[in-house]
Amino acid sequence: MAAPVAAPAALKRTPLYNLHRELGAKMVDFGGWEMPVQYAGILEEHRAVRERVGLFDVSHMGEFVVTGGGALAALQALTPNDVSKLADGRIHYSAFLTEKGTFVDDLLVYRRSAESYLLVVNAGNTPKDFAWAREHARGDVRVDDHSARWALIAVQGPRSAALMAKVASPDPSDLPYYGFRETKVEGAPTLVSRTGYTGEDGFEVYCPPEDAERLFRKFLEVGRAEGAVPCGLGARDTLRLEAKMALYGNDIDDTVTPWEADLGWIVKMGKGDFVGRDALAAQKAAGVPRKLVGFEMVDRGIGRHGYPAKTGAGPGVVTSGTHSPTLGKPIGLALLPTAATAVDTEFEVEIRGRAAAARVVPTPFYKRKEA
Amino acid sequence: MDDLHYSESHEWVRVDGDIGTVGITDHAQKQLGEIVYLELPEVGHVFNADDEFGTVESVKAVSELYTPVSGEVVEVNKGAVAEPGIINDDPQGDGWLIKIKLSTDDEVRKLMTADAYAKYVREEQEG
Repeated sequence: MAAPVAAPAALKRTPLYNLHRELGAKMVDFGGWEMPVQYAGILEEHRAVRERVGLFDVSHMGEFVVTGGGALAALQALTPNDVSKLADGRIHYSAFLTEKGTFVDDLLVYRRSAESYLLVVNAGNTPKDFAWAREHARGDVRVDDHSARWALIAVQGPRSAALMAKVASPDPSDLPYYGFRETKVEGAPTLVSRTGYTGEDGFEVYCPPEDAERLFRKFLEVGRAEGAVPCGLGARDTLRLEAKMALYGNDIDDTVTPWEADLGWIVKMGKGDFVGRDALAAQKAAGVPRKLVGFEMVDRGIGRHGYPAKTGAGPGVVTSGTHSPTLGKPIGLALLPTAATAVDTEFEVEIRGRAAAARVVPTPFYKRKEA
Repeated sequence: MDDLHYSESHEWVRVDGDIGTVGITDHAQKQLGEIVYLELPEVGHVFNADDEFGTVESVKAVSELYTPVSGEVVEVNKGAVAEPGIINDDPQGDGWLIKIKLSTDDEVRKLMTADAYAKYVREEQEG
């Protein structure tokens, strides 16, 4: 058996690194960061988030602050979603796109005020995104990289609101989905948003790095009554995949457009010009050649990232695949020729040289019940 | 102490007459995490030592399985294929993988004892 390799020492660490070790986490290299992949086990952590509450260190994420009288106009040109529709204290999902209309990154835009926005980007893309934003931002606007000023703890699961109500003041549990406010957690100044990457109700707590360990310990202690457990990137991946949330570097990258990724809803063609708009208009007019769809295996096996797919309409590729803890069977996402993307279409995944049958299914694989 | 023979790729072999039972070590199952899928060969398949004979998948990763001994597969653990979690629960017992009719008994002698394997794992972890 080929054993997984221990992470080398040159990796970046979050302010919670020592606590992860103390909690017995298995650490891995994730986009240049030494992060916990699991503590007790992926299946158990996954279940905790679906049924109770789980705590994730996502301090590796990048945060940019966009300020100035021209901040709104600049962001309208930098991102495809319509930033003018955001009210103070609200968030939307968006992207940076190349001139070809493909993803530089996917990201969240927080509107703090008409002249101040927070952008949250993927860890491994932070330097690239920052250079790209600086290069493309026009007008009376400033883009600053504040990634090192924030640690980020995600509190996810049906019991997350009960947990937040006990530790935060003012209580953020009345926040709407994709809303945020500044609040205090155990006296520490935090920004709390009702967001997440798990398909469950949940919160993301931005705090100063020096407060991160104290807050994480407090969440664990107070959350004990709610069944809270620390969760690693392994469970984060199975949770996001069940909810069909795209992962940069797996499902989307600078070869994939939002139309292809089934993320057309973040593109507002009517709002005015933005980077990538012309290419997206051209692709829409010409016809979108491939689409990201969910699949299940018909034959045994797990179709994983990078495995070739063969459809009646030509070749495709698996972008993500795992064993779904909730469904108890293999699931995945694949980029397939558009003609082969109707639900129930069968295709083949090449699993280490063996052709295994798979079938296109509706997504998301898992949708939480409304409270 | 046990009567198992260990490979550098983290498999074990237990010899009973001319039959070798092969599985993965407790260290290996811990490294993999929860095993959800197991692929094993058909009975009758003949392998040389160090051949890949199957794959084991946890939620997160795929690993190839290598047989430390040569011979013909005479039995596969269908219970482990149906419920791969048994490999996590009892990797050196009920979680065995295949039984091989050994072509030679020389190969087993080249494998590690439990003590030597424990030392090998420690050194591997210290890098």
